[in-house]
Amino acid sequence: MATVIEKPEHVRLTEQGKPVTLLEAIREGMWEEMERDERVFVMGEDIGAYGGAFKMTDGFLDHFGGMRVIDTPISETGFTGAAAGAAHMGMRPIVEMQFMDFVSTAYDIITNYIATSRYRGSGGVPMVIRGPTGGGVRGGPFHSQNPEMAFFHTPGLKIVYPSTAHDAKGLIKAAIRDDDPVLFFEHKWLYRRPQLREVLPQDDYIVPLGKARTHREGTDLTIVTYAAMVHKSAEAAEILQKEDGLSVEVIDLRTLLPLDEEAIIQSVKKTNRLLIVHEDTRTGGIAGEIAMRVNEKAWEWLDAPVLRVAAADAPVPYSPPLEDYFLPQVEDVVKAARHLAAY
Amino acid sequence: MANKTRARTTTIPHGLTRDQLLEMYRLVRLTRSLEERLELLFKQSKVIGGLFRSLGQEGESVASAYALRRRTDGTGDMLSPLIRNLGSMLTIGAKPVEVVKQYMAKGDSLARGKELNIHITDYDRGFVGQISPLGDLIPVMAGVALTFKQRGEDRVAMVYIGDGATSTGAFHEGVNFAAVQKLPLVVIVENNRWAYSTPSKFMTAARSFVDKAPGYGMAGEQVDGNDMLAVYGASKRAVERARSGGGATLIEVMTYRRKGHAQHDAQTYVDPAEIEHWASTNDPIDRYVKALLDNGWATAQELTGIGEQIDRELDEAVAEAEKSPLPPPEEALTDVYADGPVNAPWTRHEPADPTRA
Repeated sequence: MATVIEKPEHVRLTEQGKPVTLLEAIREGMWEEMERDERVFVMGEDIGAYGGAFKMTDGFLDHFGGMRVIDTPISETGFTGAAAGAAHMGMRPIVEMQFMDFVSTAYDIITNYIATSRYRGSGGVPMVIRGPTGGGVRGGPFHSQNPEMAFFHTPGLKIVYPSTAHDAKGLIKAAIRDDDPVLFFEHKWLYRRPQLREVLPQDDYIVPLGKARTHREGTDLTIVTYAAMVHKSAEAAEILQKEDGLSVEVIDLRTLLPLDEEAIIQSVKKTNRLLIVHEDTRTGGIAGEIAMRVNEKAWEWLDAPVLRVAAADAPVPYSPPLEDYFLPQVEDVVKAARHLAAY
Repeated sequence: MANKTRARTTTIPHGLTRDQLLEMYRLVRLTRSLEERLELLFKQSKVIGGLFRSLGQEGESVASAYALRRRTDGTGDMLSPLIRNLGSMLTIGAKPVEVVKQYMAKGDSLARGKELNIHITDYDRGFVGQISPLGDLIPVMAGVALTFKQRGEDRVAMVYIGDGATSTGAFHEGVNFAAVQKLPLVVIVENNRWAYSTPSKFMTAARSFVDKAPGYGMAGEQVDGNDMLAVYGASKRAVERARSGGGATLIEVMTYRRKGHAQHDAQTYVDPAEIEHWASTNDPIDRYVKALLDNGWATAQELTGIGEQIDRELDEAVAEAEKSPLPPPEEALTDVYADGPVNAPWTRHEPADPTRA
């Protein structure tokens, strides 16, 4: 073991009763799991001395040492595969994708090898692949994507995409402890948003995977969403409440795979109207899957067709007017909800 | 004084004992005989799916794996094979009956009918099942080796790859990572001249595959793959280097694939004279037997006895495998996740009810 350096200030915020951002919540969660379980280690590009492109692992190297905080060559297949090998040997690796866009280079080893390992009789692969996702920060086509649906179709994987600091910490801890491979998406537009700062419980809590959360109660229509769109949908719900007197329920999926079908169905049975909002592009997006499940299981309860708001079927553009036009906005959600309510 | 029927005895190389030489003979003989049995079962339609032979390559598989520390309690070295490494699998501890059950897709096979071929895993005995996107096991086994290093264990990981699969990105990324991290990894590049139907010259412009080793900053060695003792020597050196913290080694094993890619491949793209030449002059088992007899390390009677014992063992293995049941259909839905089986399609429920989808 490396010489243990004192726990730095920036991972003691919750301990001191101070509010944390979503990024700080994830950092604290990883730190606590690494302290709790010496099998947990992190691996990725520039995560050591530099602390990661978004400073997620800032201070980790000094505290945990080079055997548990490993700077890798630029090789997503290489280090993701190595994490799988370590997981076979009983370790609990966390792999950081510098940007989740780059996970596609490791698509083969994740879908062919890691996702099927337990099934093929090669044992479970308890590992987490995490990194920043999403648009709205003018990152251009290679630094803004939402690649969740590329993996949603692969049995054997779990996909987590939190929207609040509380959930992010509880979910990252649950993901690290989970016996299956988990893709953990972190929306970079949410990373440091001051509005998302919150004081977290000081106890060792987890948020279970596969369970959605009601972000806002309502009776007139349901919005099912996740990640950054939870906040845009909640903003839209406020407007609809004030201007239209509509009571809108917002369900935050938190985990996409496995999908909490029950939570969606229950809400639809209550409100009888469903709008699905996601930042991912429309074609092949999760909205299609959710609409179909509702068709199968709650058809009789619907008073209107299921609608969706999603990004346009284009790469994520760079220039502000282009990106804002491409991404779903609060006004889009308001417009779609009004259409649905009036149906 | 030695009597006339007893051959002269020369020193056995690489610190091997006579018992070990005979064990290696048993393993290489077992590999070929087991594959011959499997071919018979394939022709009787008892093997499910395809069948792959390692004819002509059995020697290097056995001899390389024989350099590993073999245990059954999860403390030994580990290897991951390719389709032509049945010999390595038997050497590290897989049992013939397990291999036959696996090829017959039986419910009590190691992969419980969910995976084919020698894609079987047992971490306690030190083997990880192969994966068909080739090259992917290089980073995975680098990760296995990484954990040995993280825990301060003096264990070694060995990974096999063909000349064709050295072209993959995963090969490069895995080998590079192992070299940078000085991991206890031994990469065996089996140059058997063919990647399915494509000759090695279309796989690399390099003079030889071992030339790639210095490019990664790792040790490299090329060896005659049909000389079992030479392969054992090279592998032992690499394993010792890895075990003592000297990092990864790439060994290029020069050999030849005498069967098609799989049973269905008639090898029409190969000159039959070329195959015949390798069969008659460079068969690894023939060469090994000659070395054993010429040097007085074994007698013909001993080798015959081993062969007869293998035949009996295989009779029993095949009989047992044939008796094993196929898996129950519902098993298709288990082991996707640790949490429990996944849902069956609604059309499989009685009565059919779409709301249970």
